[in-house]
Amino acid sequence: MTPANAETILKSSHLLGIEALSVGEITSLLDLADTYVALNRGANKKTDVLKGRTLINLFFESSTRTQSSFELAGKRLGADVLNMAVKTSSVSKGETLIDTATTLNAMRPDILVVRHQDSGAAELLSRKLDCSVINAGDGSHEHPTQALLDALTIRRRGRKFEGLIVAICGDVLHSRVARSNIHLLLKMGARVRLVAPRTLLPGDAERFGVEVFYDMNKGLEGADVVMMLRLQLERMAGAFVPSTREYFRFYGLDAAKLKFAKPGALVMHPGPMNRGVEIDSAVADDIEVSVIQEQVEMGVAIRMAVLDALSRGMAREGRNAP
Amino acid sequence: MTKRIAFRNARLIDPATKLDVKGGLLVENGRIADVGPRLFNNAEANDPEIVDCKGMVLAPGLIDMRVFTGEPGSEHRETLESASLAAAAGGVTTIVVMPNTDPVIDEPSLVDFIRRRAAATAKVRVLPMAALTRHLAGEVMTEIGLLKEAGAVAFTDGDRTIANTRVLRRALSYASTFGALVVGHAEDPDLSEGASVTEGEYAMRLGLPAAPAAAEAIIVERDIRLVEVTGARYHFGQISTRASLDAIAAAKRHGLPITCGVAAHNLALNELDVGAYFTFMKVKPPLRSEADRTAMIEGVASGVIDTIVSGHDPQAADTKRQPFAQAAFGAVGLETLLPVALGLHHDGRASLSLVLKLLTAAPAKILGLNTGTLAKGAPADLVLIDPDEPFTVREAELRSRARNTPFEGRKFHGRAQKTYVAGACVFDRKAKA
Repeated sequence: MTPANAETILKSSHLLGIEALSVGEITSLLDLADTYVALNRGANKKTDVLKGRTLINLFFESSTRTQSSFELAGKRLGADVLNMAVKTSSVSKGETLIDTATTLNAMRPDILVVRHQDSGAAELLSRKLDCSVINAGDGSHEHPTQALLDALTIRRRGRKFEGLIVAICGDVLHSRVARSNIHLLLKMGARVRLVAPRTLLPGDAERFGVEVFYDMNKGLEGADVVMMLRLQLERMAGAFVPSTREYFRFYGLDAAKLKFAKPGALVMHPGPMNRGVEIDSAVADDIEVSVIQEQVEMGVAIRMAVLDALSRGMAREGRNAP
Repeated sequence: MTKRIAFRNARLIDPATKLDVKGGLLVENGRIADVGPRLFNNAEANDPEIVDCKGMVLAPGLIDMRVFTGEPGSEHRETLESASLAAAAGGVTTIVVMPNTDPVIDEPSLVDFIRRRAAATAKVRVLPMAALTRHLAGEVMTEIGLLKEAGAVAFTDGDRTIANTRVLRRALSYASTFGALVVGHAEDPDLSEGASVTEGEYAMRLGLPAAPAAAEAIIVERDIRLVEVTGARYHFGQISTRASLDAIAAAKRHGLPITCGVAAHNLALNELDVGAYFTFMKVKPPLRSEADRTAMIEGVASGVIDTIVSGHDPQAADTKRQPFAQAAFGAVGLETLLPVALGLHHDGRASLSLVLKLLTAAPAKILGLNTGTLAKGAPADLVLIDPDEPFTVREAELRSRARNTPFEGRKFHGRAQKTYVAGACVFDRKAKA
């Protein structure tokens, strides 16, 4: 159990998005995650911070990476982890989201990790459930743990957020990763650029407080960090971009385009990558610039930090006390 | 050795630099080396080839933004070469060719084909437009970035209107990413399906299937809204009604990046010219009412209409020698573009300089070309015009491979005497005669 005197990190009992977090909350989560990076690199990776707690992974969209990352994080903190397989559950038999929530609530979980194809689904569940809800991605809205793990990766590479130039490239329009990163980076004092064809940008993108570039070379000029976004297969075939070869020519990150970024710029990708579409293998696999594998490692640590932080709130409230 | 040509005793008209003076012009190595009122005034220039313009108008070669050919796919109608011969005879030094060929120009390699083929065979400059949607099907946008790199000057489905508003919105949005120009055809595809002429009393008397003139303005207004949403550079290839003109005038007042063209035949002919089912008068958009025709002339005079085009669309005799409803659309126009446009000047509706502006500087600006001007350093694309020479259009004398002119037997004043592309003479009426 978390000691009763453990420092409170999150004001809310849920993590639904980055937009509502303060700089202090973000910084504390990153600090806490640092300790879990150290733990994860040791021989004994287990603690009892979440001992006795139940974590349910409820993924309406398939995701190997995020789901296993949360599962591992929960287990390393000593929680019981249940993965709800939506495809074989009653949800796929037409049950409404609210009914699913009510059913789950009756099982008295402590933390529900939810991914859903619709924006606002995590928010809706948080209002209907007694447990803490972590948004593991809702539609095109937010994916807070991804932004946090990206921030952790950047920080651990010795980069300061203040004045950092981050170019987020690709399908911003449909990307929850982009939205969460925009919020986080701007809060932390970084300068954010969006690089994409206009069909993959929201019409009012500038209203986020970012700079928008249609020309990738210009958008990458002087960038400290290049964040590539995944282009969904169904969006490549003509509706939003005419073809993958055209997309790669103008918006795929290759060595030639990367030259415009600052020397030593970090290349990031939330995965899974479409090689030869949004990123060239030569760049993705270049350990000098690519921190894509590190992002995965930081993912587990950041999710442990988030679970830990939420459990402290539970201890404080005495919720679900044994 | 430097190749020099001296034009003397000319009336120099260059709308791009607001020049209209008597004087001379010197061409060196295909470019305009000097121009002005004092050039070659007195002394005979010693070495260069001398062209005595005899007081005729020397202007930038015309740029025609809307030319259909049959190459590739239906070379019996027109090849790039035959279209270029017609263009040269019409004083047109740049033709912008439409992608409505077989195959459709919707691949970078096909844009490259047009450019190579034109370089090998055509007498004038040929600039290809590429399709905006694959196979002109109105469903999937083309590779606008790669096509632009290959040399496409604009993107259009030619004489087809994209019915799906969402497809068009995304295509416009995507095009604006690359600063690409989109050229639209405004004719509601459902309203105009099966129609041969514009709706009205005459169509009624002839019993021909007709579409209301509103079929054009409906699309014009729709596309203006989409330009507002997307910020794309948009050009209406051919408009033909007052309602369209008013909508575009309003859009321009709001600062939208919209331009438009009108076909010469929509300035000179109206629905009554269809006469006794004369299929050479079957064009897209159709010949309109007299009120709409005069509105087009007003549009030219007021500056709302940016360019006059031929809408050159060669059709073989077999597709025109049909009952009206079954006959193909289209009229050749490269050789009558200038004479028809000069008619506005002779009728006192527009100055000679304005008429020439719509045929030179304006299209050059829309397309971002370095031609269409007599400025020093510009390519020496020139046309020597006798603006008053009377003549009668005879289809047998047309250079175009197809002869479907709606102006057979019409009398005009003024046409090209000599045409130069990059300083090389590509047409000389005297030599022909």
